Amino acid sequence: MRILVGCKRVIDYAVKIRVRPDKKGVVTEGVKHSMNPFDEIAVEEAVRLKEKKIAKEIIVASIGAAQSQETIRTALAMGGDRGVHVEVSAAEAETLQPIHVSKILAELAKKEKVDLVFLGKQAIDDDSNQTAQMTAALLDWPQAMFASKVEQKDDKLEVVREIDGGLETIRVNMPCVISADLRLNEPRYATLPNIMKAKKKKMDKLKPSDLGVDVTPRIEVISVEDPPVREAGATVADVDELVSKLKEKGF
Amino acid sequence: MAALQIGSRLLRRVLPRFNQLYSTETSNNADVGTDNGPLISSLDPSSGLNDEQRQIQKMATDFALKEMRPYMDKWDQEELFPVDTMRQAAALGFGGVYTRTDFGGTGLNRLEASIIFEALSQGCVSTTAYITIHNMVTWIIDTYGNDKQREHYVPKLASMEHFGSYCLTEPGSGSDAASLSTVAKREGGKFIVNGSKAFISGGGESDVYLVMTRTQGEGPKGISCLLIEKGTPGLSFGKKEKKMGWNSQPTRAVILEDCEVPVENVIGAEGQGFNIAMAGLNGGRLNIASTSLGAAQASIEATRDHVKVRKQFGQSLASFQHIQFEIAQMATKLVACRTMVRNAAMAMDTKHPDIVTLCSMAKLFTTDTCFDIVNTALQLHGGYGYLKDYPIEQYLRDIRVHQILEGTNQVMQILVSRAALK
Repeated sequence: MRILVGCKRVIDYAVKIRVRPDKKGVVTEGVKHSMNPFDEIAVEEAVRLKEKKIAKEIIVASIGAAQSQETIRTALAMGGDRGVHVEVSAAEAETLQPIHVSKILAELAKKEKVDLVFLGKQAIDDDSNQTAQMTAALLDWPQAMFASKVEQKDDKLEVVREIDGGLETIRVNMPCVISADLRLNEPRYATLPNIMKAKKKKMDKLKPSDLGVDVTPRIEVISVEDPPVREAGATVADVDELVSKLKEKGF
Repeated sequence: MAALQIGSRLLRRVLPRFNQLYSTETSNNADVGTDNGPLISSLDPSSGLNDEQRQIQKMATDFALKEMRPYMDKWDQEELFPVDTMRQAAALGFGGVYTRTDFGGTGLNRLEASIIFEALSQGCVSTTAYITIHNMVTWIIDTYGNDKQREHYVPKLASMEHFGSYCLTEPGSGSDAASLSTVAKREGGKFIVNGSKAFISGGGESDVYLVMTRTQGEGPKGISCLLIEKGTPGLSFGKKEKKMGWNSQPTRAVILEDCEVPVENVIGAEGQGFNIAMAGLNGGRLNIASTSLGAAQASIEATRDHVKVRKQFGQSLASFQHIQFEIAQMATKLVACRTMVRNAAMAMDTKHPDIVTLCSMAKLFTTDTCFDIVNTALQLHGGYGYLKDYPIEQYLRDIRVHQILEGTNQVMQILVSRAALK
């Protein structure tokens, strides 16, 4: 089995986000970035599949500006075999949408002839939760999203999914697309020796046009604003007053 | 572009130190510098580092914040030696950071070691400081030991299956280390060792003790480094000391009473012990300075967050000029310290002639200045700074001893004045 893992470089979860003065986005300059946590979980699961000798090769891909290479190197240090950096300009990176990313990943999956595309369920910067689903649709491959357990059963993959109603277990044929949810695993720290070895691993560089994908934005961000400052509440005397106030406010 | 490359190659031959500024090679044991240009230290600890060094720093910081920081107060208050966490760290390569890879070391350079310890100490200064002492012991055995000793001891030390302690100080000889009086008398194929060592970090818990003993005459040339294993008859320990800080590591006297040590356990040559001890301490001083740096970095960040949130007299503390100026001073001092520490680390990595002086200066300046930084951070937190709910008071208690051990800051001044008065 050969796996394509996608990872995205996002603002670190611990950073206090600030809106840019031009209100077109958030401040990213000089801000700490890391691999999207759900992507880390996907990388970890792929590495575990390789350690169990179920997977033979792990290809790590990232679409973004030059610094995305750092994210790929982190995944290689965790156990990925080689990297593919689909490079876009910093401006293009800002307007990149799940539809563009999923087209690129679909082309890569075909080009690399993989059996499994493993992604994080959503990125913590835009919370889109679309890329994995769209990639599966573009490839016309089965999808198993929000995976909290992945096991090989004969020539299929049995995946336990976290859904609103609880846990759902499905079996998917390969090739397929899986998206990782929080409880799938706990990602390892890359060891120092592996970090040093990672820099020798192969990293291919491509442009979206090499894969025939147009990343012209179809959506324009009009404005980004802070959530409204929380206003003071009011005390009510009794339940009747509470009910009438709720009705008044239209709830 | 080609002209530039030829130019820099020529310059590297003409000015050997040019290499450390404009090296285009990524780091290995001897190489220094970055892929991205000169190593410019700044407020951001990752400034000037190459991609690999940044990755290493990020991993160490993540480990520190997730595996150490949530427990640092518990380890301090309950005086717990966090063996499992340290072994987890060793599994990632932190047990023998600058020890050669032949027998399990990680093979990084002193600059990278400094970056690592600065990152780890944000999680817990005391535990990181012990890890640096352990690293020093592992390095000494790997550097001065013969192949048999290296093969026997280094792998288990690198993985922290075994812990190591460095025993130089005695009740009667601290700063005057060369006057030590623990004696090792040769009798056939063994040494009979008598004496006691004071303030030994890891004492009682460690498996391997590097004990500086007098095997020959007076002064430094009569000192040899003996490796003594825990459980050797005649090796015992004093009571666990109650300390102001460094509470996640036990400190005990190491007592030797007719302790029999095989002659094969001499590390290096007889009479080389003092040189070995001092060579270990050069790096050790940088490591200690790096842990002070980490505490100062974490304290400045905590202070920055606090003064933005805390309001008095209708404004956030951050809008008062006095507070801004205090923070400016803290930040300036931090970058000065970081520059000195990394400069000395690069001096070690390039075998600069001024290693001893630069390491002494870096240790002196950084441990004193970072104590001031953390002390100021405590003040800027007001009453909250005094509470154990906040990490500042522990950082302060833990780094206070850095001005004393591995050579007091007064001994550092002795060493620096020798160079300055030449």
